Formats: sequence, C-alpha cells, structure tokens
Amino acid sequence: MANVQFENLFKNYGNVKAVHDFNLKIDEGEFIVLVGPSGCGKSTTLRMIAGLEDITSGLIYIDEKVINKIHPKNRDIAMVFQNYALYPHLSVKDNISFGLRAQKIPRAEVEKRVVEASETLGLEGLLSRRPGELSGGQKQRVAMGRAIVRNPKVFLFDEPLSNLDAKLRHKMRAEMKKLHKKVGTTTIYVTHDQIEAMTLADRIVIMKDGLIEQVGTPDEVYRRPNNIFVASFIGTPAMNFIEGEVSKVSKASSMIMLEDQKSIKLKSNNFYNNQNIILGLRPEDITITSENSGKNDNIIGLDAEISVIEPMGHETVVICDSNYGELTGKVESNSKLKENMAVKLNVSLEKVYLFDKKSEKNLNL
Amino acid sequence: MTNSNQIIEKLEHLNPKKIIIWTLVFLGSIVMVTPIIFMISMSFKTGQEVYIFSLFPEKATLKNYIFVLTDSKFIYWGLNSLWVATFSTLSVLFFDSLVGYTLAKYNFRGREIIFVAILSTLMIPTEMLIIPWYMMSREFGWIDTYWGIAFPGLMTGFGTFLMRQFFMNLPDELIEAARIDGWSEFAIWWKIAMPLVVPALSALAIFHFLGNWTAFLWPLIIINDPDMYTIPVGLASFNGEYEMNWEIVMTASCLATIPTLFVFIILQKYIIKGIMLAGLKG
Repeated sequence: MANVQFENLFKNYGNVKAVHDFNLKIDEGEFIVLVGPSGCGKSTTLRMIAGLEDITSGLIYIDEKVINKIHPKNRDIAMVFQNYALYPHLSVKDNISFGLRAQKIPRAEVEKRVVEASETLGLEGLLSRRPGELSGGQKQRVAMGRAIVRNPKVFLFDEPLSNLDAKLRHKMRAEMKKLHKKVGTTTIYVTHDQIEAMTLADRIVIMKDGLIEQVGTPDEVYRRPNNIFVASFIGTPAMNFIEGEVSKVSKASSMIMLEDQKSIKLKSNNFYNNQNIILGLRPEDITITSENSGKNDNIIGLDAEISVIEPMGHETVVICDSNYGELTGKVESNSKLKENMAVKLNVSLEKVYLFDKKSEKNLNL
Repeated sequence: MTNSNQIIEKLEHLNPKKIIIWTLVFLGSIVMVTPIIFMISMSFKTGQEVYIFSLFPEKATLKNYIFVLTDSKFIYWGLNSLWVATFSTLSVLFFDSLVGYTLAKYNFRGREIIFVAILSTLMIPTEMLIIPWYMMSREFGWIDTYWGIAFPGLMTGFGTFLMRQFFMNLPDELIEAARIDGWSEFAIWWKIAMPLVVPALSALAIFHFLGNWTAFLWPLIIINDPDMYTIPVGLASFNGEYEMNWEIVMTASCLATIPTLFVFIILQKYIIKGIMLAGLKG
C-alpha cells in the first residue's frame, strides 16, 4: 500500500494539452476512479503514473518519493489494460508468473503466489490454457491475477471492464470491489462509465479536456456537483437543464423567469438582476402527474407531453417534449402514463440545482 | 436419357470464369513442372541418351548419382552451401527482426529517415554492389572464406521491411505490460515479440535460405578455391570448355533441390500463414 500524489502535472502533445495542472493526493489503500469522456486525459494520467508516457512538467510521488525518472519496472506498480494485454503464446500460469520471473523470485515462491492468486480469482482450472481459449471474463481475471500476484504498491486499471458485456461487467465490478477489500492496495481506476465510477470509488475524479472538474466521494459529486459538466456527467439518465433569467432580486427572495415567461420564486437573494442561470432537474426528482396538482409555491410545475416511454423493468424512463426542450423523468414501472399524454412535471424547489450560465458554476454551493 | 440430362445439368453448372482459371492454372503448372520432370529424367540417363527427347530413359542408370556423390566435390559444396545459407538465414532472422522491431515500436528522431534509407537499398541491383563488395573483401582478406560469401546477406532491406510491418501490428499494450512486469527491452523483444511473429520469421527464413542456396554470381566471384564452391558454382564447374556433362549437372541439381524441399515441407504451414498475413497487412 502506498500514497500517491500529483503536483502541477502537465502533459502536452505538441500544442495539444492532454493533462493540465493536475493536482491530487491519494491516500493509502484508497480506490480512486478517474472518470470523464474520451480524450479528457484520464488514461494519459494513468500512463504517466505507470511510466509509459513522459511527463511534460510536474511531479508524481509514490510514498513521498518522486517517480518521474524511475523506469516502469522499478515503480512497484501493476497495470491492467483495456484489452487485457495477455501474452497470447503463454499459458495462463505463465502469464500470471511472467512478472515474478523477471524479478528472479525463487521458483517455489512463484508457484505459491500463482496458486494463491488463482484461488482468489477462481482460475485454478484454467492455468494450463492459453488466452485464446478463455472467455472475456476469464481473460479479465487472468489480467487481474497478473497484477495481484506481484503484490505491488499501486494498482492501475485502464478501462478494464469496457470490453465485457453488461451482465459480466456488473459481476466483475462486484468482484473487483471484493478484491480491493481483501488486498487493500491503493487503486487508480480509469473509466468513462459513470456507473462504474460511482459503484467502485472511494473518491471520484471527474475530468474534462485535461482538467479536473471535481474530486469527491460518489455522494458528493452526485449531490453537490461543482458545475454543469459534473452535474450532466453523473447520474443516469442525465440531469435536465432549463434556461432562465433573474428578473427581480429582493431582500429574501428572487424571481426567475423561464423561457416561456413562467416565473419561479426562489427563497434566496444570492443573484443579481438579469443574471442568466440554468436550472438543473434530476430525472429521479421529477414527479410526473397527468393532472394539475394545484398551486404550491415550493413546487415547479412544467407542462409537457410524453414523447417516449422506456420501460426498464424496475422503473420506467419517460421522455417528454416541453417548451424548454426535451425533459426526462423517471416513474415506477406500474405507472399508467402513455405516449402523447399531456402531463405536468413537478419538482420540489429544494431539489432544483442552479448554475450560472456564464461560468457554469453551481450557485447552490 | 437420364445420363444426358445429368451431363447437361453439370455443364450448366460450369462457370466460364472457373474454366478460364483452371485452364490457366493447368498451363502454369505444366510450364513450371515440365523442366523439373525433365531434370529428374535426365539424371537417370547416360551421356549418349541426354540429347534424345524422351521423358523416360531407355536404360535408367544410377551411375550419375554415384559419380556426383563419390567422385565429385558435391558433398563439400553442399556443406558449404548449407553452412553459408544457414548462417546467413539465422543472421537475417536476428538482425532484420531486431531492426524491424526497433523501427516499428520505438519513437526516436530520424526513425523515418533510417527506414527510407533501408528501403532504398532494395532499389539497388546486386550487380552494382558486387564491385564495392569485392573491393571490401579483398581489403579485409575475405576472398575464399565463408564470411566472404555470406556477409552481403547478413542483413537485408527486404527482411527489415517485412519484419517492421509485422511488428507494427503487434499491440503496444503487450510490450508495455512486459515493461511494467520488469523485463528488459531485449527480453521483451525476444520473449514476447518474436514468438508472435513466427509466421513472418518462417516466410523470411525460407525466402532467404532459398535465395542463398541458389545464389550464383557473388559466390562465383568471391570464391576461387574449388573446395569452397557452393552448389550453384559447383554445378557450373561441371561444364568444361569443350564438353557439357548435362546428365551430371541434372543429377547434382536433383540432389541440390532435396534440402530446399525439406525446408519447405517443414516450414510450409508457417510460410503460407506468413504470406497470407503479409498480404492482409501489407
């Protein structure tokens, strides 16, 4: 186990800034997930820790020791790649023990560690097989076995589940969590899948265009997103956004005018006149009713028409057309709602996120 | 009635394209196989019968084989050829794949220039290189030595190009994983990259071995001592100024093809795979 620290880390490819001023401290045994869309710099960051990419500027520490110039093999890290990177001509056993043989560890010790790792991952019956004879999930387990057998200070995972089907991904996710609990090694995990990030991480680092947008626990990034990007990235289905303008700010409240001249009264004066703002509504916070629920100052009621109903089994996603564009809500699976039905989307004012349109920052924080 | 119907049905199924292809393949195989058949036939003929046009010898004899194997230096030449071709092939497999791997998997300044320079050697005809090679050999005392025969082919532009193309298709992650696992760059090449390009190595081995086995011009120039002749040079020596012993030349040629057939049979499955892969990726 080790702590990892990044200090003003930059990575440029010519004029392209892949990673920009990355600062983070990862505690011993922590499970950190770097998440963001393609090209946000998360994999580049991981590869810089592994020593597979040069660092343009800045420092990376493992256990308070700068590792910038240290060869990958001497960093005491293990990495699992997206395509597993299993050596196709070697058996599962040889794949797992390949790194130990490089370290000139005695044969008996290698055997012992391979047996332990294969027992942990349920690979006992597969040791003589070649990677070509394994299923996706088994390959994934072998790749993990190759990592844990070395007992490294830090595990690096580069989108390890993205090649698996949904069911297997869910299973492997749980196995990874169990494994982390068991071995307790500091883990840095890269994914573009926010569900993976939410379910696995102790803390999530959300990245965009090489910059850290927010670092926090899954609950923090979900409930207190720093900005519009984080709010839209975390949560499924994604948050709905409506534009509005502050029309009047008084001592204890503010009036906000929506695009269709509908006004909303907020119990806050933390705005200025004519400020353009964006209201964020989580689909799970929206209640969809077929009738008008009457006037209530604490609830925003938006008129809409259902365009698509997506039954998911345990719940139903409802996509509606409205004066504010497409809005998505969630209802229970036994709901009587039907397509083309005129409905009211009700959201409690307490659950509405407010963002400044210009800076995109969360105004609730 | 039924029979004629069946024939008509079969004829209807014949595709004109297929007929043309099969005819061309048949003609091609005749053109290629006929000289070999005549070579084998001639090796069993006597000197008087050589100029008689017949596929089967009137009186088949093994005298030519006995002469070639016992009274000539054919065995020496065979061993010379085998030594030079094997040494040269092993060298090409090692160096071409090492350079090909470096050009495919490492980013360094001047990489493209080096690659183009290596490729450009393919465009220079051997005949043009023979004079500098000879001058170099004379300077270093390599005339009449195995090294002298072999050195021009110890590394080839073609082999480097072929191996580079194959190594380019090797996923970088395998190399990176081995690097993190703690292996040296040389060990990664040897333990990970090389086993994964066996088809390409086999194709290169067979092409280079055959090229060296049949090489004539350079060994003819660099070797003066008959004990050091390779097979092609030795075969030419059977033809004297005033006589042509074709039956002996053909017998020696038959014997000379045996090792190449052997190499081909052993490596065949890899070669075909290699050629197919080269075709796909190239």
